[in-house]
Amino acid sequence: MHNDMTVKIVSKNFDIKDSHKLEVALKHGRYSSLKKQFSMSPQEVTEEVYESGLRGKGGGGANTGSKWRLMPREHEKPAYLVVNADESEPGTFKDRQILEYDPHLLIEGMINSSYAIGANHAYIYIRGEYVFWAKRMQEAIDEAYEAGYLGEKVAGYDYTLDITLHRGAGAYICGEKTALLESLEGKRGHPRLKPKQQETEWFFGGPTVVNNVETIASVPFIIKEGFTAYRKYGTHCSPGTMLFGLSGHIQNPGVYELPFGCSMKEVIEKVGGGILNGKKLKALIPGGSSCAILRADEIDNITLDYESVAKNGSSLGTGGMIFLDEDTSIPDAMKNLFEFYHHESCGQCTPCREGTGWVDKIMGKILSGDGTMADYDKILDACKMLNGKTICVFAPSVAYIAESYISKFKDEFYALLKD
Amino acid sequence: MSEFKFSQENEDKFNELLKRYPEKASLSLPSLWMIQYQIGWISPESMVFLAKRLDTSPIDIQSIASFYTMFNLKPIGTYHIQVCKTLSCNLRGSKIITQHVQNRLGIKVGETTKDMKFTLSEVECLGSCGTAPMISFNHDYEENLTIEKVDKLIDEAQNA
Repeated sequence: MHNDMTVKIVSKNFDIKDSHKLEVALKHGRYSSLKKQFSMSPQEVTEEVYESGLRGKGGGGANTGSKWRLMPREHEKPAYLVVNADESEPGTFKDRQILEYDPHLLIEGMINSSYAIGANHAYIYIRGEYVFWAKRMQEAIDEAYEAGYLGEKVAGYDYTLDITLHRGAGAYICGEKTALLESLEGKRGHPRLKPKQQETEWFFGGPTVVNNVETIASVPFIIKEGFTAYRKYGTHCSPGTMLFGLSGHIQNPGVYELPFGCSMKEVIEKVGGGILNGKKLKALIPGGSSCAILRADEIDNITLDYESVAKNGSSLGTGGMIFLDEDTSIPDAMKNLFEFYHHESCGQCTPCREGTGWVDKIMGKILSGDGTMADYDKILDACKMLNGKTICVFAPSVAYIAESYISKFKDEFYALLKD
Repeated sequence: MSEFKFSQENEDKFNELLKRYPEKASLSLPSLWMIQYQIGWISPESMVFLAKRLDTSPIDIQSIASFYTMFNLKPIGTYHIQVCKTLSCNLRGSKIITQHVQNRLGIKVGETTKDMKFTLSEVECLGSCGTAPMISFNHDYEENLTIEKVDKLIDEAQNA
């Protein structure tokens, strides 16, 4: 186990000129995992990924191999792989780097993964706003078809795979895997009720795996080098690397691939170049806006892995870190996020549809100087109403973050109240 | 009420896409995109048309189209300026950008200029947090924005 901050698994080709073109991609190792993959059985590929401990990079962090293991080996309707490229969690802008600089890595990973789960058709659901990236991805898919890496007899082997790119149209909730599948089935993006026991997802009645772009892009390395090579990086429970996004008040914003387990403070200083304009850090949101906020004095011992961030009261989420400097008003930031959540609530469950709006309104009242202690308490009440009473995790996470803002920065909220 | 039908290109695309999904219901989003690219918005006539093609009712198509923010249910300006307003952009000055565009074009957020050239919207996170502030200018991402860059974009569009 080591934390070499220069290791590159997913972003290895990002700096190469024209890395998105097949000709260049082939020179730099793309599709080289296929030979080994086709020498293995689908079960063996699944087990290799399971043993690697690869965790989903879309925010949940579930073990990827465990998800694949749930796929039934015999099924009436065809199986599908769906890649979630509906990246829209505020603070998250990592998958677009893969789509832009190494789309063939994603296609290669999709071949590995589809083969493992027994799918012959895979979809990429990309957010509607990513027009440039959809075009780039489609060009790569076209190139791959032409060169025989997609379609019948993938790379000459006895296996068929089609990939279809499907564009969303501006709904945050479609990043939730079941809402995504509803949307892919042509409906409003409403999350589905989850079964009690763990099982696969379903697309038109066919067993389906939904994985994030970065997760799938990590698979070729694991197949080619073996799971022990992947486990060399990161920590025991969070193996490998992740694309971390730095944004907000940071000197060098951007996306950086780092092994799990790096010290958060070190990353801020060495990778991020410190807080913007030499100011002091007030707070940070560690993994996209749906994670609890952390005060600057809470981050000293945090390392960037799921366990450490969770132990310190937040979650690693998508790895999209948003930094807030000493001059930032936390109530302002919270209001900003509640406008987001109110707008993006899909409207299916009443507590979420109404509750997010209430908190947004109360925050507006407090910020305008008309708020009272009763309003502050009302936010806490609304949080209780939001938590545990809805179909998906949108509302519970909104409640969880609201509580973190108002409890950790009480003084700032109190200062705005009338009495 | 003028009839709507797909252009020949979209007709071909539609038939091509039919082969790529287990059921044709999946074609609602791709078809709405084709309609919007063809006429600039999702008109009531186009929804009636699409409902027939997908064996469903117009109200079903309306329900789908109105769920997704990016489908315009009324005509908008030739140039759609969408300022990202969510946290990372907000921290890096998105409000200044919105204010400037409002002053420059004499319209408020959500409005279209009288000559139907520009529509201004504020939108939620566009996934460009590391290059904030940013706008989507007719779906092209313009990142690391300054007032000068915004002015240049508007100037170019006005002279086009």
